[in-house]
Amino acid sequence: MDDFYRENILDHYKYPRHKGHLADPDIKFRDVNPFCGDDITFELKLENDKVVEVAFDGHGCAISMASASMLAEELLGKSLEEVKAMDKAFILDLLGIPIGPVRLKCALLPLKVVKAGVWGLDAWEKENEGHDQ
Amino acid sequence: MPDIQQIRADFPILHQQVHDKPLIYLDSTATSQKPRQVIEAMARYYQEDNANVHRGIHSLAERATASYEGARLKVARFIHAPSPKEIIFVRNTTEAINLVANAWGRAHLKPGDEVLITQMEHHSNIVPWQLVTQATGATLRYVPITRQGELDFAALDQLLTERTKIFAFTAMSNVLGTINPVAELIKKAHAVGAITLVDGAQSVPHLTTDVQALDADFLAFSGHKMLGPTGAGVLYGKRELLEAMPPFLGGGEMIREVFMDQSTWNTIPHKFEAGTPAIAEVIGLGAAVDYLTNIGMDWIHAHEQELVSYAWDRLSAIEGLRILGPEPARRGGLLAFTLEGVHPHDIAAVLDMFGVAVRAGHHCAQPVHDFFGIPATARASFYLYNTLEEVDVLTEALEKARAVFGV
Repeated sequence: MDDFYRENILDHYKYPRHKGHLADPDIKFRDVNPFCGDDITFELKLENDKVVEVAFDGHGCAISMASASMLAEELLGKSLEEVKAMDKAFILDLLGIPIGPVRLKCALLPLKVVKAGVWGLDAWEKENEGHDQ
Repeated sequence: MPDIQQIRADFPILHQQVHDKPLIYLDSTATSQKPRQVIEAMARYYQEDNANVHRGIHSLAERATASYEGARLKVARFIHAPSPKEIIFVRNTTEAINLVANAWGRAHLKPGDEVLITQMEHHSNIVPWQLVTQATGATLRYVPITRQGELDFAALDQLLTERTKIFAFTAMSNVLGTINPVAELIKKAHAVGAITLVDGAQSVPHLTTDVQALDADFLAFSGHKMLGPTGAGVLYGKRELLEAMPPFLGGGEMIREVFMDQSTWNTIPHKFEAGTPAIAEVIGLGAAVDYLTNIGMDWIHAHEQELVSYAWDRLSAIEGLRILGPEPARRGGLLAFTLEGVHPHDIAAVLDMFGVAVRAGHHCAQPVHDFFGIPATARASFYLYNTLEEVDVLTEALEKARAVFGV
């Protein structure tokens, strides 16, 4: 359990980074996990295909919220090319804890929202075909 | 007087470790565990009697049919139905409600008619009515609930009118635990000429059910929540209603004669059992009914009352913990709660580390959660095999969850 709820996960859960809204986002996308009700919206401001501002809002468990907060930190300053390369392995590395199949959808929801916001839900689903997403 | 240790000995699954701790199963509201008597009845059927039911002449088919129809008789007696012909085997409560919504609803509902349900329903008693009212032009109305998690009876009296054609409601909420006054609600509905459907998914496994005393028109429930296997559920319906209803699913078993241009229907209950049924599962459900009858529904209810009262006291003493729904005397054996600073999923994950299985989420009852302004709850639910000591472990594990999250 100490492994699962590591200090940095709890820290991001309690003190989420970039939580809130942008004044004039270029990208805004929301999705929910119908099984557990996790609800996440991401907003991005882009300049020259680079993420210059980021915000997220919503509610969910420690895993989904920490994943959103950590992802938001990572997104800032990244090019869309670099964002596109972010995948499941990237998120699991970021969280740094063992994530079983049950909590995988909590962990991946933030990335799903970001990528579906930029490239569409179909692209995300295609990318994750065969995964339990 | 049943002995709790003897009961526990009948449930093989309970004797295992989860994360090196003894399993404490507090999720029977989602599905119950199965005694070896049920598992063995199903295995025996496959090892000795397996054959398709009805119309078979050979010995295996005869034995399989006798066991299958024997289970129907057991279920009829268990809920005090006048006749086994009024027991229709379906997959689960959801399918039973869909059957009524479609077969009865599409034949009887028209624009101007109203279907009345309540704000505390499981999605399975909401969505089928949304679909059928959209298809027929009838209107769907909801009886609101109070902050105490009970039906608003003043509003109910306003909502029940001669426009109401059917009142469909849960006998026991799967989130609030509220036990509704089923007989009184049916009486009120009948007074305006409406028929009733009782969602008994949570009540039939835990309370004595007498459809004749209640004067229920339809009762839906699932076998897997009452010690039986998944895949076998029940729709009880009054004979005259079932006989007047068109079929729901078409196929084998449900017909009398099939011609190229039309068909005629089999008698009830077979009219509503198209295709090969879940034979082994129904036989398992029959064994579950035997088991419950043997223990006694009154003992089961008293046992759960003791557990839920004790759990109410222990959990209420935890700082930041809030239980939804009415006091123990007016509820069944379940407690849904929130813990300030810890999301319900995280509660469930931490408890799992202590071997304690609880459910987290909206429990397929989103309108209830919306009413209380919370996205999810954690839920601990009890059955005949749970003990007071398990409630103690639950309480300690919840305190540890608070410590992990520093609240």
